[in-house]
Amino acid sequence: MERHHLRDILPIIEGYEKESGSLIPVLHEVQKKIGYLPKDVQEFIAEELGVPFSQVYSVVTFYSFFSMEPKGDHTLAVCTGTACYVKGADELVEELKEELDVEEGGTSEDKKFTLTTSRCVGACSKAPVMMVDDEVYGKLKPDELTDILKRYR
Amino acid sequence: MPRKEILICAGTGCLSAGAEEIEEKLMDELWEHGLEDRYPVKKVIKKTGCMGPCNKGPMMIIQPENTFYGDLEPSDVETIVEEHLINDRIAFNLLVDDYEGNKVEKFQELEFIQGQRKVVMRNSGDIDPSSIRDYLEQDGYRAAKKAVTEMKKDEIIQEIKNSGLRGRGGAGFPTGLKWEFTANEDADQKYVVCNGDEGDPGAFMDRSILEGDPHSVIEGMMIAGYAVGADQGYVYVRAEYPLAIRNLRKAVRDAQSEGYLGEGLFGTDFDFNVEIRVGAGAFVCGEETALLSSIEGKQGRPKYRPPYPSTKGLWGKPTVINNVETLANVTPIIQKGAEWFDNIGTEESSGTKVFAVAGDVKETGLVEVPMGMTIEEMVELAGGVADDKDFKAVQIGGPAGGTIPEKYIDLPIDYDSLEEAGTIMGSGGFIVLDEDNCMVDVARFFLDFTQEESCGKCPPCRLGSKRMLDLLEKMTQGEAEPGDIEKLEDLAETVKDTSFCGLGQAAPNPVLSTLRFFREEYEAHVYEDECPAGQCKALMSTFVINTDTCVSCGKCAEVCPVDAISSEDDVYEIDPDTCISCGQCAEVCPVDAISQGGEK
Repeated sequence: MERHHLRDILPIIEGYEKESGSLIPVLHEVQKKIGYLPKDVQEFIAEELGVPFSQVYSVVTFYSFFSMEPKGDHTLAVCTGTACYVKGADELVEELKEELDVEEGGTSEDKKFTLTTSRCVGACSKAPVMMVDDEVYGKLKPDELTDILKRYR
Repeated sequence: MPRKEILICAGTGCLSAGAEEIEEKLMDELWEHGLEDRYPVKKVIKKTGCMGPCNKGPMMIIQPENTFYGDLEPSDVETIVEEHLINDRIAFNLLVDDYEGNKVEKFQELEFIQGQRKVVMRNSGDIDPSSIRDYLEQDGYRAAKKAVTEMKKDEIIQEIKNSGLRGRGGAGFPTGLKWEFTANEDADQKYVVCNGDEGDPGAFMDRSILEGDPHSVIEGMMIAGYAVGADQGYVYVRAEYPLAIRNLRKAVRDAQSEGYLGEGLFGTDFDFNVEIRVGAGAFVCGEETALLSSIEGKQGRPKYRPPYPSTKGLWGKPTVINNVETLANVTPIIQKGAEWFDNIGTEESSGTKVFAVAGDVKETGLVEVPMGMTIEEMVELAGGVADDKDFKAVQIGGPAGGTIPEKYIDLPIDYDSLEEAGTIMGSGGFIVLDEDNCMVDVARFFLDFTQEESCGKCPPCRLGSKRMLDLLEKMTQGEAEPGDIEKLEDLAETVKDTSFCGLGQAAPNPVLSTLRFFREEYEAHVYEDECPAGQCKALMSTFVINTDTCVSCGKCAEVCPVDAISSEDDVYEIDPDTCISCGQCAEVCPVDAISQGGEK
């Protein structure tokens, strides 16, 4: 495991009870800190919390929020909920694929953006909606996307 | 004179529309106009939770006069400060229009608000959710105090039973009964869990409650905890709701430091604490046993019931698990009594329900209405179908629900009527579909959702949802064969009957309800290679140019996104194999020489 990862992870784990129930909160925090959850990091967490590695791995692969691959600096999540679907979310996804030259789930070559789709973010009145990290952009048109990306470049 | 307050909606919808810029601009303007003494920023500006009419955001209400300004731009703020605050005149041009186009002055006069009855959303949009003071001013934690210090445990459960409160998260199980099961268990440890894993696409009331009035949920949990004998609560919130998580965390911290959570509450020996658990993006975790597994740090896969969580839940201990909206109903019931609550709504479905109205209506957002309001009344509340289109159907209950056609437009919205019509209340998504929506494609959309969210534990759901999706895709792609409708129907019935958990059992509902009410649309796709709504591109005939009227201007060839139009000696032609039937050529043609009707 990379040394700086160890330095980042230890203080996080120390804040939790060493039990199975702490696993998902720990994974959230670690991913937020280092961006992803590579296998050696998972092994370390398993050992520290005293849960089987198989459980950690099964949890990381089960939940769509966790990633074993490094992500871009910013995550674009186009909502594909019902209201956004009705209002043309697929056009946004197509436009972003073209603009960033990535497939869904992929990260752009400059490592700036990871393109994902998300389940309903609950901003249905603003459909179609895209989240850039924690920021919500609503009533989007495909031709507005370039400008939004510019703000994060 | 009552204190002047400027409420700015800071729910997720309004934030995405730019509420923060409005707030910053307002602070600047107050400062620049030297109003800091009269209107000290910290006292006069209040950021609230969701006000309801989300597509009017960003919005503000100026109190005490209740003036409502919506669709705000930062530049409007200057006008409001100068006109409303300095000159004491309504900034008429910034008032929003009603459905007839007349200006509306006060928030309560909006048609969208008038038909509502706020019980759960009583504080949202009115108080600052990050301030426990605000909550206490609205009689916050009084009901908990009353329950803990004046009521016996079985009295509380009886009160909830008498109120007729049923679970707001989906199936509508009587809440009091659930509590009683757990209360009757003899155990050293019990839990109260709040299900905030609101995953139905198109529903966001739980998010808005957690964002706009988090203490009301904590108080509901505390009363449940006291009644069943639990001292620990967990709120499970979706990771997709960062603001709800933030506001809830603040609320828990404040309640702890003010002595409303912790040990020896209200001077008794009752202890209660709340922890927050954040989901990680799995729809199936809305299913109660899967949610409990997730809190335990495992994959969110459902378990077999019985035993139900009420007897054997979190860490194997008796656990009450209620949805956010259900818990937010508890405080007013304890405060005002079961009878008051039972008098709202219908006989079998008492109280109110919050709906997230979206889709093809004029006004979208959150509404809270008494149970039993008809579909038609709901659509009217939202201003009717947008863009002068015709109403076709409403989708209620999300991926577990169904689609109700126009002929049932006077159906009252309550648990039992909806079930008879082949859908469920679900968490309360209410998506209006106009004539342009293809019902086969709507079913395909929901199956695409459920097959991806299927946890994979049981084959009927894992494989069945995938096969149903395959069939629906064949239909929308124009590749279906005779017999596919029957196959789909058979498969849907099987998946419904044999799936392990609620997700799988309900997954076929969108298919079954559209088959029930819109079978002719399926038949048109399969037997006539037609999409009556004109949505399925693969089924639309290609465009052709009428060479007699064509003036050879070449505009069509310029706009064609797939270069399907070529010319030889100024005679233009569309290649039917390349044409994707987008219709852009017909739109630009100055002499209307292009129309549909080519070979598919």
